[in-house]
Amino acid sequence: MNRYHGNDDPDDGWRELAEGLHGLRAEPPPTLAPAVLERVGLADAFVTVDGPAGPLLVAYNGRGISATAPGTDEAGFAERFQDRFGRPLRPAGRPPARLVAQVERVLAPGRRGAEPRYDLRGTSEFERAVLAKAREIPRGQVRPYAWVAGELGRPAAVRAVGAALGRNPVPVLIPCHRVVGSDGRLTGYAWGVPYKRALLAAEGADPDELERLAHRGTRFFGSDTTHIYCYPTCAHARRVADRHLMTFRDAAQATGAGYRPCRVCRPA
Amino acid sequence: MVFKAVMEPQPELPARLARDLDGSFEELVGTYQRLVFGLALRVVADRADAEEVAQDTFARAYWALAGYPAERVAAMRLRPWLARITLNLARNRLRRRPPPARPLEDGDGQPLALAAPAAAEPATVAERGQERERLVELLAALPRGYREAVVLRHVEGLPYAEVAEVLGRPVGTVKTHVHRGVRQLREQLAREERVPR
Repeated sequence: MNRYHGNDDPDDGWRELAEGLHGLRAEPPPTLAPAVLERVGLADAFVTVDGPAGPLLVAYNGRGISATAPGTDEAGFAERFQDRFGRPLRPAGRPPARLVAQVERVLAPGRRGAEPRYDLRGTSEFERAVLAKAREIPRGQVRPYAWVAGELGRPAAVRAVGAALGRNPVPVLIPCHRVVGSDGRLTGYAWGVPYKRALLAAEGADPDELERLAHRGTRFFGSDTTHIYCYPTCAHARRVADRHLMTFRDAAQATGAGYRPCRVCRPA
Repeated sequence: MVFKAVMEPQPELPARLARDLDGSFEELVGTYQRLVFGLALRVVADRADAEEVAQDTFARAYWALAGYPAERVAAMRLRPWLARITLNLARNRLRRRPPPARPLEDGDGQPLALAAPAAAEPATVAERGQERERLVELLAALPRGYREAVVLRHVEGLPYAEVAEVLGRPVGTVKTHVHRGVRQLREQLAREERVPR
């Protein structure tokens, strides 16, 4: 320790000290900038979670969950993500416990709690309204595209609803798979109809039964004791005993028979 | 004399941020991360804490910039602004941190101003050696006002006018604090020359 020997010579000692002080400038850790960009939503990380029908890739940033994709194709996921959102996507070093817990809560049957936040930048106001409506459909239940359009006060916008659901950036978590063709068929899913069926089956719906009803032209169930009609997967319809169960091919038939629409599933 | 105070490194950056915050924010982080992290480190004396303070600083800056009108962003003086946010967040973190189990004392029996810096920054210390380590300790032991002024002026190299702006004090006061801080450091170092540790 004889470097600071200049106490008899102020200028010399001061120069040493000044150099020493300036040398205390610290290099930021390489993790700092990526963490900042991720936190403000200018970059994203992804984790793989156990989805209801196989592994699910989940991308997120500080604003919320930004994208999901079924499967294990991480490179393809990152590439599509970059194409669509223009942001880099990297594997998360350590999965954030809170996010994983929130995702599990969304996917777990019967559990309630805070939903994760979603980062839906890049979607239109209409698309966000459609996705919000899809989130209202309970697990294991389905509603037709026309129902979503009607609920949004735009009954003619059925195709636009289909397009908006097709652009859902966070499938599985925002349940666009619970929206079905207006004839009740399990049509149209970005990840393929078999995957849509698998998701619905995992939630306790019976995809084969839904297809059979659609094939027979049965759109609504009614109860001859309450004279209320519902979508077939509505919780109220499922409580009707077989001997009281009525079927209708459309709302006009139900109305003509003196039935009123259920206030929960709102079939009309 | 010694190290000239450096000018703002990116004079056009505020205008770019005003036009396209998302497109230019990464440049802001790259330009100022050394200042923000370094300043945080000298206040909280712990690398993990300093990284969190630095993250918080940039996140806060982003949301502030996102909320300001473009003319305001274009006219901003980013360096003192970021330094002030850093300092405030670092001070808050120090306040929240539990105090050391027993008070640390220096040779004169005065309690040190900070949590034990000896255990801090193991990687840096190992690399740069004992003298650096000792200077870090002495700096950390300065009264807070002196330490902040010395760090901004002589570690980070800000001009006195900006140091004054960051600390919210008149330039004259800041100069006095820097000089007193430096004098204390020199006296301490001189004392150790006579009495080797």
